[in-house]
Amino acid sequence: MNLAVTLPGARPLELKNPILTASGTFGYGAEFAPYGDLTSLGGIVVKGLSLKPRPGNPTPRIAESAAGMLNAVGLQNDGVEAFVKDKLPRLPWRQVPIIANIYATAPEEFGELGAILDGEEGVAALEVNISCPNVREGGVLFGQDPRLAAAVTAAVRKAAPHKPLIVKLSPNVTDITAIARAAEEAGADMLACINTLSGMAVDVRSRRPRLANVIGGLSGPAVKPVALRCVWQVCRAVNIPVIGLGGISCAEDVLEFILVGAHAVQVGTANFLRPDFAFDLVKALPAACEQLGVASLEELRGSLRL
Amino acid sequence: MSHPKSSQLAVLDIVPFGQTGHEKTFFALRLERPDWPDWKPGQFMMLRPTSFGLDIPWGRPFGICHLTSQHLICFFQVVGRGTQRMAALQAGDVVQVWGPLGNGFAMEECPTLLLAGGMGIVPFIGYVHQHKQPWNVTMLFGHRAPLGCYPVDSVNERITVDTLRENVPGDLDNLIFCIRERMADIAEQNGLVLACGPLPFLKTVRQFALELGARTQLSLENKMACGVGACLGCVTRTTAAWPVPDKREWPVQVCNHGPVFWADQIEL
Repeated sequence: MNLAVTLPGARPLELKNPILTASGTFGYGAEFAPYGDLTSLGGIVVKGLSLKPRPGNPTPRIAESAAGMLNAVGLQNDGVEAFVKDKLPRLPWRQVPIIANIYATAPEEFGELGAILDGEEGVAALEVNISCPNVREGGVLFGQDPRLAAAVTAAVRKAAPHKPLIVKLSPNVTDITAIARAAEEAGADMLACINTLSGMAVDVRSRRPRLANVIGGLSGPAVKPVALRCVWQVCRAVNIPVIGLGGISCAEDVLEFILVGAHAVQVGTANFLRPDFAFDLVKALPAACEQLGVASLEELRGSLRL
Repeated sequence: MSHPKSSQLAVLDIVPFGQTGHEKTFFALRLERPDWPDWKPGQFMMLRPTSFGLDIPWGRPFGICHLTSQHLICFFQVVGRGTQRMAALQAGDVVQVWGPLGNGFAMEECPTLLLAGGMGIVPFIGYVHQHKQPWNVTMLFGHRAPLGCYPVDSVNERITVDTLRENVPGDLDNLIFCIRERMADIAEQNGLVLACGPLPFLKTVRQFALELGARTQLSLENKMACGVGACLGCVTRTTAAWPVPDKREWPVQVCNHGPVFWADQIEL
């Protein structure tokens, strides 16, 4: 079965299959090379990059919950320069699309990151993270205000005119379609939804929060229904392709997201179930399609019966 | 360095340790042998039974206890919902195991002191069996549960083990005193100290290591989700003595930069 998929648009993204690995759950890719063939994946979205190296938040940063986990890693990363110089050249970027997830505290910085990465042959696309809580002044989330979402998108669009631009949306909003439309109008080529849901957990014995940051992002199977609803709403609201993510942990989950309109998906927390998870998911997808009598992903996409 | 693998292994059996009152807490889990070409004592594995389903997403890290031509042994204590479900494993159940992970302990032909706190004894079992000079290796084992709860016998047969059980607060002072005395002795001989145990125990050992100038490695047991360097949950902060300049005084993953660290190269 041919799993190849093109995310159409002015700057299309061609994938050999619709399964990408989500930012922050797959390192810079190389960490998972012992467990499978990186080039068998649809794509790899690397750990969020900032202009300068960031040490991230204090520990504890992660907490397991029922069918999910919370994280408040705080975007620890080596910075864009180290990625371009040391990590990217070692990745098989000619055989598998490497998507750079970028994070900044101001639209201008987002633009600087975009400009640096736009010139990198090994970067297939940019994914703009507008759902991190650490933005300047007052902690307003870029992803919660359509005007700010548009400003960030436009800044990256202007600085990086050549690469497909994916804007990753937060579910922690009243109306995700408003943000989605703002990003589309500001020049996004595609959207990814969703990022983690804001949450917390408490240790009743110590009476302390389980995360040093108190609040963190919930991911894993527990959030899949929320993610699916968001993808469904966003697909109906915009005319650009959507990448669905949130709690995907089997091939049928992938098909659910495609049914509600996603062109591709990302696998995140499931990479922690075991390090070969994403590779096996790619292998399992054709059989799952055949079992359901699905001849092509294109036929399935958006074919939800109402 | 070893090449880690992820494999599905069948449970051969699960044997409770300790007398009445503890038989539901300490277990030796025997698994089919994974296809690992080699491993180093001090390395660890991630273990995730199929029975975790989707409700327990993370595997659990365990020091590699023993690997023979026939089987792999994981020794564990029930401390939470993951190990609780592991205690219900039966012969034939399937467990996903990825490893060997991390770096392992230094092994030198010199006087070597093993400091084990409770379940921290586990990685030393393989260490003692692989060491070429068992007469040069001694162990000080501090524990809270009765001695029979721990796999001490497999160490006892190769090296001298001194055990100290912690029952009342005074016992802890005694343990700390003994640790310092033994470390001072090793420091004088320019020997090696290796420690594995709970965080307060490691902090004490680290403090003495710096005071006495004893060459000391610590094995950390931080909470981790993936074991391969991706989740960034298990990080510990390095000191200015860390060998890689741009990672000095910076958080590094315990899973793929450790779990064994030189005492002067990390903060605790």
